[in-house]
Parts: sequence; structure tokens; C-alpha cells
Amino acid sequence: MTSRTSRKEIPHPSGDDRYKAIDRTMKLFHYEQDALLEVLNSAQESMGYLSEELLIYISRQLNVPLSQVYGVSTFYHMFTFEPLGENNCIICTGTACHVKGSEQIVQTLAAEFGIAAGDTTSDGLFSLRSARCLGSCGLAPVVVLNGQVSAKETPNSVMKRVKEVVSLSKDKLQRQEAG
Amino acid sequence: MNNTKLEELAQKERVRQEQYQRRIFCCTSTACLAAGAGLTHTAVQQGVAAYQGDKNEVEVVQTGCMGLCSRGPLVRVDTKDEDAVLYGDISPEVAQRIVSRHLPTDEGVTEPDPDEFEEGVSPHDFLHFRASRRKVEAKQGLEKNIIPLDLPFFTKQVNVVLSETGHINPEKLEDYLAHGGYTALARVLDKMTPADVCDEILRSGLRGRGGAGFPTGLKWNFVRQEEAPQKYVIVNGDEGDPGAYMDRTVMEDDPHRVLEGMIINAYAVGATKGFLYIRGEYPIAIRRIRRAIRAAKRRGILGKSVLGTEFSFTAEVRIGAGAFVCGEETALIHSVEGKRGIPRIRPPYPSSAGLWGMPTGINNVETMANVPSIINKGADWFAGIGTKKSKGTKVFALAGHLRNTGLIEVPMGITLREIVFEIGGGIPGGHKFKAAQTGGPSGGCIPEEYLDTPVDYETLGKLGSIMGSGGLVIIDDTTRMPDFSRFFMDFCVDESCGKCVPCRVGTVKIRHMLDNIIAGNSVPEDLDKLEKLCRLVQTTSLCGLGQSAPNPVLSTLKYFKHEYEDLVQ
Repeated sequence: MTSRTSRKEIPHPSGDDRYKAIDRTMKLFHYEQDALLEVLNSAQESMGYLSEELLIYISRQLNVPLSQVYGVSTFYHMFTFEPLGENNCIICTGTACHVKGSEQIVQTLAAEFGIAAGDTTSDGLFSLRSARCLGSCGLAPVVVLNGQVSAKETPNSVMKRVKEVVSLSKDKLQRQEAG
Repeated sequence: MNNTKLEELAQKERVRQEQYQRRIFCCTSTACLAAGAGLTHTAVQQGVAAYQGDKNEVEVVQTGCMGLCSRGPLVRVDTKDEDAVLYGDISPEVAQRIVSRHLPTDEGVTEPDPDEFEEGVSPHDFLHFRASRRKVEAKQGLEKNIIPLDLPFFTKQVNVVLSETGHINPEKLEDYLAHGGYTALARVLDKMTPADVCDEILRSGLRGRGGAGFPTGLKWNFVRQEEAPQKYVIVNGDEGDPGAYMDRTVMEDDPHRVLEGMIINAYAVGATKGFLYIRGEYPIAIRRIRRAIRAAKRRGILGKSVLGTEFSFTAEVRIGAGAFVCGEETALIHSVEGKRGIPRIRPPYPSSAGLWGMPTGINNVETMANVPSIINKGADWFAGIGTKKSKGTKVFALAGHLRNTGLIEVPMGITLREIVFEIGGGIPGGHKFKAAQTGGPSGGCIPEEYLDTPVDYETLGKLGSIMGSGGLVIIDDTTRMPDFSRFFMDFCVDESCGKCVPCRVGTVKIRHMLDNIIAGNSVPEDLDKLEKLCRLVQTTSLCGLGQSAPNPVLSTLKYFKHEYEDLVQ
């Protein structure tokens, strides 16, 4: 275990602003080890995913063994360890959405992009994820595309919108490469 | 802040609300937001802002769930001395029309019969005519958006927990006060001893709404009788059942009610610190509870001296990171401590050794939300609702193949038939009712022949299902039962924490057997093996997750065995 110096007061050496939110959370909880879950939540929120480097940083700051940080973060579903794609589609697969056909939506998208739920396409343009329940069961099936929640979806309606946003990103990427 | 000041604040807010002739309530709960309530709310605000008349005439209130989520976004217009009108399926354009329908046009003009103006309109009437005409036109075409409030969906309900949702602005403490909020807390602190409170709750017959149905008063008493330097209370808002959102709605739409119940709980058991453990997937609930805590602190309802008394209590939010098993109390405690959410063997029960080894009372959100009403109206009133052993009401998230889906609160003892065919409006599309699934992955399917049994803890248990936290998914004849139970088993495989073998290995094995049955690779004897394995997992697992994981399989094996048999022929 590393020594308990006043490392805490020193901001993250990268100077990355996103670390500030994480530092703030740790400070709020007085760097207590019990705050690990809160800190991981705030890290996931500000970074979008938990990189190895980030886990090491949290482990050192809170004086919690890295094995424990890893153990806790892999236990819970909300933490991800790879960056998400540019476009992100979450399909609710709760009971209500399931009986109203959310599985077909997942399968249609998975087949189209050649990835499984939870994966990101190799060009990094699209991530497909499923959620346990988004709590909008009265409006099943529910889909969240790039943060936009929509209700009573069908495979076709979702596919249409996903293709739109992905092709927009593709165009943008090509323009950037060209120019 | 003390009792009198609280009442002054409440009175001030009531007077403020009274001055408005009309109040337009826009639902901005998660479900309605998914249906586009954000745009609807903006459109209503714009419509009102553009209104030229008296600004004191109308107020737009951002409120919570009105129940009928399948018709969202919902807007209700309350006019003084008139019946409220509820609108559903509202696009921004319809929202504009609703506003112009309800806002009075120029003074003194009564709504004309449009036919009167067909011929010979005098020029000086023109402006009046145009304004009135607009109102009439707005009314036309709105019929299909009007939801009659005398539908069985509304009249069959009894609202205790949900009595303020849809009527108050959840982000405003004053609004809760104006509806009688925190009077129960004031009463408890002023007139009752902790033992009195526990006794009152025990007499009311309130049982845990998380699913298991343990008598709440008993649980409180256990914690109260412990001697310890520190005691804690935890509100369990980790609603993991996929297909249920009762707790989310209460936390989002009436956060102060949960908080009030929690503070009363803390006083009754002698706790000075409490945690609200909320599912990470519920950002709005987290935000609103946090806001409610801040507001309560500012007004002296939380803190060193609660309402000016010697009782001190602080509350904090903890965010769950998505693990179904954390609904189990010992797992939840580990999670609050920042560890992996893994259950442990009980005893010792959390009431004697819980959070950081101290006596801890853990109660579900809905249980907490019942407490203020019980204190205000008395244990006898509460015990008067429901059946002999199950008192009060239960909130259900009604979903699946039904005409009306949404959030309902019904008295215990109501029959499933009433819920499905009267409140739910029956099965659409010419299909037939097949089963009602209660309790999510821990519950079971109830077939048609038991539709007339009353809904309470004991009856549902006898039928092989459980009350559960309140998920109620109705399925029609298009769903195949083996597939459906595989869906739940898949969930349990994923959510098993891995600590004990029966659950970790058993659920995977059950899923494998179901896969084989569905693929047609099984023989009839496999059904017996499947049942035996289910019983084994049920009886030997460590915690509630494993013990109840086989329920969906067992209940469908019991009531829909022919569907399995057809596959193994």
C-alpha cells in the first residue's frame, strides 16, 4: 500500500478538468474508504467510463487496495470499462418492454451492426446497450438514443433513427479526414 | 422553525394558490417525459406567457405522475368551482389549444354558439368574435384528448401513498406543507413517545411494502429496544424488479412524504442518521430527493434540532450502481458501506447489527410513504382499509398487454379481475388474458382461474407468487410461458451475486435446461428434473434472491405445464 502523504491536496497531474468533479466528491466524503461507491459513480459520470488509470488513481487517493476497487466496480452494472461509441442506444429489456417485443429491437440492431448488446462498433460510431428497466413500463417498449428517451418503439422506428444519427457521424468523420 | 411557523408557511402557500382561478398541472414524471412531456410543458408555459389577460388568472404547475402513463404526456386543468379536466396524448400543438380553450378571452364574453355568428357579424363585435371563435375552435378536436375522470381506472383506486402526486410540485416544500405535509412529524415530536409511535404503526397493521410483508411496527420496535451508541435508518429505494416503478414515482413526485416517514421512523427507533439508497438509473428521483433534503435542512426539518425540539437527525443520499441483489437488506448495507453488494447470513439481523455493526432499520420507500398518513389519520383508519391480515393499500405498476397501463393504488383485497378488466380496461387487440405476473423475477404467474382471488400477501403466496414490490405485468395469449420463465431466469443468472453455490450454479443450470426444452432437445423426464432443481435452489440458497429465483419457473410449471409438455414430446 502507498504511503498516506498529503497527495490528496494535489490536483490530478494531467490537469484534466474532469478529474475535478471526482476530487470534489472525494473531498466531500473526507477521503473515507466507505465512499468508494460514490466516488466510482462520480467518476463514471464525468469520464463516461472507468479506465485502468482512473481506477489506480481512485485506489491511491482513497487508500483502498486496487483489487477492492476493481472488485467493487465490476460487481455493479452501471460501471463500464471502455469508452462508449459516438452514438449510444439503450434498449430497455424490463419485463413490460420484454413482453411488448424489446428483444426484437435488440436483435434487429445487433444484426444490422454486427455487434452484441453491450458492445461498440469497431469504428467507434455506435454502442448498443440494454437496460434492466428504465421505469417507464406504461409506455413499453422504451428506447434511449443519445440521451433522448422515446416510447412505444418498434424495430423499424428505432432502426431508422439509429441509421440517421450514425450516418451523420460518419459524414462528419469523413469531412474531418478530408479537411 | 417550529410547529407554528410551519403552519404559517403552509397557510401562506394555500392563500397563494387560492388566488389563481385556474391551475394547469403538467406531468413531468419519467414516463411522461419519455412520451414528450418536456415539449408539452414548454408549450403550455409559452401559451400562458403569451396570454394578454390577468396574469393572476392562471398558474402552470410542474407536477408528478397522474397514473395513466399509457396516455402520456398528461395535463390536468383545475378551475375553481368547476370539475377538473384531464387531457392525454398531448403534443405541443394540442397543448397550445388546451391553453386557449381554458384561458378566458376578453372580459364579459361568454362562449358563443358558433352558428350564431355564421351570418351578419357587426364589425365592432369582430374582436370579441375572433377571441370567442378561437376558444370554440380549440375545443373542437380536443375530445379525443379528454380522459374522463369517472373511468374505473380512477374511481376504483384508493390513494394514500399517492394522495399528493399529480397535485403538488415535488420540487417545492411549501406545496407539500400546504397539503398537510410534516404535520404528522410535528405531532409525533410534540405528543408521542418513540414507543407510542412504534405502537401506532404496529396497530395499523402496516407491513413492509418491499415484498416480504414483515410487520413494520415490529421491525421498528426491535431497533428501538437496542442499546447502542449510534443507530441508523435506511430507506430502500433500490427498486430492482424490471417492470416496476412505484418507488421511483413516489420519490420523484412526493419526495417530502418519503422524507417525513423516514424522520418519524428515525425518531421512533432513536436513530440520528439516515440514508436513502436510490437506484442509479433514477436520476430524477436522486435529484428531487436531494433537493428535498436541502429544503428540509433550510427550514429546520432536518438537522441538529428537528422542528425546534431536541431530536436531531440528518439524511444523506446513496446511489446504487445497479445490482438487483442490493434490494436484500444485508447486501444493501454492504453497498452503503461502499463494498460489493453481497448478502450475508442472518442472524444477526440488521435491527441488532446493521450498518457499521450498529442497529439499523431498513424500510422500503412505499412503507415510509404510508407512515405520515397513519399518524395523521390514526391506526384505526388505516386498519379499516384492506383485508384481515393485509392492511391499507398497495401501489402497483400496471404494465403489459392492457388497454390502460400506468401506476395505480388499490386497497388490499381487491381482485385481480377488477384490476385487469376494470382498472386496466381489459386486453386489447382481440387477445385473451393469459396470466398476471406479480413480484417480477421473484414472483410467479397467476392464471385465469384465480382472477377472483383477493390480492393480499397470503393469497398470492399460496398461489406460488408473491406480493413483491408492486410490479404487475399482464400477458396475453401471444406470450409463450417457457420463453417467459427463461426471460426471468436469464435475469437471475445475471444478478446472482455469486456468493452461494445453489444460486450461482443452480440458476445457470435451470436456464440451460429451459434452453434445451425450448429448442426441443428434452425428454419428458427433464421436466421432473427441472422441478427438482428448482426446489433445491429454493430451499438451499442463502438469500431471498436465490430462494425466490425459481418461482417464475415453478409457477408456470404448475399452471401451464402443457406448454412445457408440448415442447418435450
